[in-house]
Amino acid sequence: MTGDLVVQMLAQGAQMFFVLLIAPLAVGVVRRVKARLMRREGAPLLQGYRDLAKLLRKESVIAESASWLFRAAPSLIFALTWVAAALVPSFASGLMFNWAADVVALVALLGAARALLALAGMDVGTAFGGIGSSREMMIATLAEPAMMLIVLTLAIAAGTTRLAGVADFFIAEPLAVRVSLALSLVALIIVALAENARIPVDNPVTHLELTMVHEAMILEYSGRHLALIEAASYLKLVLYLSLLICLFAPFGMAPATAGVGGWLLGLLAWTAKLLAGAALLGVWEVSIAKMRVFRLPDFVGIAFIFGFLAILLAFLTRGAVE
Amino acid sequence: MPELSVSGAALGALAVAAVLATLMRGWALTLVYPLSGLAAIALGIVDLRVLLGGLEATARLPIGLPTIGLHLRLDALSAFFGVVINGGVLAASVYGMGLDRAKELTPRVEPLFPLFAAAMNLVLIADDAYAFLFSWELMSLTSWALVVARHTDPESRRAGHLYLVMAAIGTAALLFAFGGLAGPAGGYGFDTIRAHAPGPAVAALVLTAALIGCGSKGGLIPLHAWLPLAHPAAPSHVSALMSGVMTKVAIYGFVRIVFDLLGPPAWWWGLPPIVLGAATAVLGLLYAVLDRDLKRVLAYSTIENIGVIFVALGLALAFRANGQNAAAAVAMTAALLHALNHSWFKSLLFLGAGAVLHATGRRDLEGLGGLIHRMPRTAVFFLVGALAISALPPLNGFVSEWLLFQAVIAAPALPQSALRFASPAIGAMLALAAALAAACFVRVYGIAFLGRPRSDEAAHAHEAPFAQQIAMGGLAGLCILGGLFGSVLAQALTPLLRELVGGGLPNGGSGPTPFSLIAFDPSRSIYDAPVIALFVAIASLTTLLVVHRLSARRTRRGPAWDCGFPDPSPAIQYTASSFSQPLRRVYGAMAFAARETVVMPPPGAIRPARFSVAVIDFVWNVAYAAPGRAVLRLSERLNALQFLSIRRYLVLMFAALVILLSIAAITI
Repeated sequence: MTGDLVVQMLAQGAQMFFVLLIAPLAVGVVRRVKARLMRREGAPLLQGYRDLAKLLRKESVIAESASWLFRAAPSLIFALTWVAAALVPSFASGLMFNWAADVVALVALLGAARALLALAGMDVGTAFGGIGSSREMMIATLAEPAMMLIVLTLAIAAGTTRLAGVADFFIAEPLAVRVSLALSLVALIIVALAENARIPVDNPVTHLELTMVHEAMILEYSGRHLALIEAASYLKLVLYLSLLICLFAPFGMAPATAGVGGWLLGLLAWTAKLLAGAALLGVWEVSIAKMRVFRLPDFVGIAFIFGFLAILLAFLTRGAVE
Repeated sequence: MPELSVSGAALGALAVAAVLATLMRGWALTLVYPLSGLAAIALGIVDLRVLLGGLEATARLPIGLPTIGLHLRLDALSAFFGVVINGGVLAASVYGMGLDRAKELTPRVEPLFPLFAAAMNLVLIADDAYAFLFSWELMSLTSWALVVARHTDPESRRAGHLYLVMAAIGTAALLFAFGGLAGPAGGYGFDTIRAHAPGPAVAALVLTAALIGCGSKGGLIPLHAWLPLAHPAAPSHVSALMSGVMTKVAIYGFVRIVFDLLGPPAWWWGLPPIVLGAATAVLGLLYAVLDRDLKRVLAYSTIENIGVIFVALGLALAFRANGQNAAAAVAMTAALLHALNHSWFKSLLFLGAGAVLHATGRRDLEGLGGLIHRMPRTAVFFLVGALAISALPPLNGFVSEWLLFQAVIAAPALPQSALRFASPAIGAMLALAAALAAACFVRVYGIAFLGRPRSDEAAHAHEAPFAQQIAMGGLAGLCILGGLFGSVLAQALTPLLRELVGGGLPNGGSGPTPFSLIAFDPSRSIYDAPVIALFVAIASLTTLLVVHRLSARRTRRGPAWDCGFPDPSPAIQYTASSFSQPLRRVYGAMAFAARETVVMPPPGAIRPARFSVAVIDFVWNVAYAAPGRAVLRLSERLNALQFLSIRRYLVLMFAALVILLSIAAITI
């Protein structure tokens, strides 16, 4: 029994470790695919790790007007995102603390990380920090409700708000093609693009003043603080890819009782799907242009409307069945 | 009975404090707030004993109306709201001990503060319609007098005027509600009312009247217009009481009338509170996110939270009417916990706003900034309040939010299609409100406390006095503890929930850890705040340790980077208006027909460019300005009646007599 417990604990720890380990690689894949499609050589796949190591080694320059909040925020943002990312089932569905992964709480954890980041952006008292925070919160007021509607739809379909339960439902009924779930998928993809500051909502490689959102908030960060913020944004990408995989492509995920061998297979399947997702994101990013900031409400609004239609359908169909 | 005599003694102490403050001068006045605080502690302990012990106390005093007397009763429902209220009164009293007596107009506030506290407690223990309405009016009038404490200020006078009108309308509506409940027999004691349920038509009337009466006190749109004027106009610790606590008395009134006195609910009772509440939640925050006055933003956010509570109450009614008691318990727990949580963080935020107002003399966000350096402790407490009200885990606002979403998810099981159609929209509006709340409080905190000071006053602010820090710190601690151990609070409500909706949340022991908050069933939904907080704490500590080991650890202070264009002037920063500009363009264009106009001078002219924003408050125009104009026009017409000849007056009187007699002849 105690041996079983230790294995379970290790599996839970492994999940936390793996999401962190693979995050820079996933970002590397996105960048590499983009570069190759633009007929550039591009940075090596492992550039993400090197960037983080370089930032950690550098000294951190902090603005004179910054307060303790500015220094405390990066570790908290990183920790919140890491915990949220590790709560999403990746290679196995019934891990020890799977009951703690409530979808509503997951959305709220990400909301807490975002609020801290927006506050940190305003702390120094520069023009760009304010611009980033203000736009980020505007986008959030559209993306977060859309996300909430999506998770409520899924929860209604699966009859539970536990993410593991939702994943089990999708494993058990892989052919449950329903209109409301298809709408949720589209909405979730749009939310994922908005939340990760990807094209067309935001461009992660630009520092063009007028279009910056995410980069404007973190402009004052450097050294180890910047490393943590960057790592948190890598983790967020893994989180959303993981979430999409876990909900809409759960095949290959090991059940709780699979044992170490099953888990390893599940881990392989998850890694492959994750990197494939990252490659798809790269293809998407080169094939579409960045939008103007004030066109964004229309784009993210689509996610909100789709989420609303999805939950409406979920309410009506479920009510009719019962 | 001993419970009520302790309560009576405490209420007496409050009355003594009021008399003392009226008659005495000098040092005796410093006793007012300590006395109020002690009375609040005594009342709170009694309420806790009654709530946790499942007790009930009644009394009948030979005062009041001749045939009825004065009925008092302290049951679980009164006791729960008593805990809410006396917690707020205690915090405000402790804060009051730190007030600067020379500057804060105390002679006009001190006699009324304890009376206001006593009146709110009296509403809770009233057990007949007369006592209820009397104490309700006493509460309205004392709070009105506190609003106009600064009566030399025209804004305060306008706020007081509007408040008085709305309070009168609200009380009149409650009068109708109790008239309907008492029926033709006129049994005004709550026990006689409870004994016979009114018919559906009367029930609809009572429900409407209760929504108007309690909704106007709580700030339900469209009855909210007085609230963002009156709450900020009062001294800050009174604002905290009005916003954090008095609105909960309105909730209590609604719960008492609709859940207790009105008998078993019909399914459609839930619809009006759900629809009005959801509209209130979103609109309240849209007002808040565009406003530039620190205290008014807080008042608008109160409106939002009252809307959320009414949504939860409406869902509880709908579930209860359909016999789905487990879902009703989830919704009701969400409503009650949110009332408790809101009383904590809203009081905290208003006390913080008071500290800022005292330290800088300013309430407009555009003149604040950088207070985290000058007021470090207040800044920490205010941050806790701001994150809690944004419903972020692991703080207490998220607990009630989570329960509310669980209740929404259960709504597909409702048999009525009207409710099933409404519920997804409600879910969408609640989600929107939650996201807007985060934007609103990031804005408030970021503009007021972070960045660089935007005025001299903000640059020379000073930390709040020690007593005020204790008041704010205590409330901040409650917000954290209530967030971590929300399941314990939910469990404590079980007896009350059995009484109100016939069921409670599942036992805490059935979850994976003792502090799991469980909705419906452990296999369905669990929120375990301590475990998640522990995960985050472990992750942060690991991060800190690893970064400490691996990194260079060197830190240097330098000028801000700002893309290579740092400007030493604080005017370069984003302001409250510029922060909300994207939100105004996205939501304001729909909700308030917000339009921006830029007037650019022609090339060569030396006039400055002008930018202006036009916003239309449709609710005010339709629900207040139009009826106000109609009343004025009507009174001008009626004015002609003052200048008639005696002959005509005699004709009018005769006609009136004939009409009345013929009505009497037809109806009898």
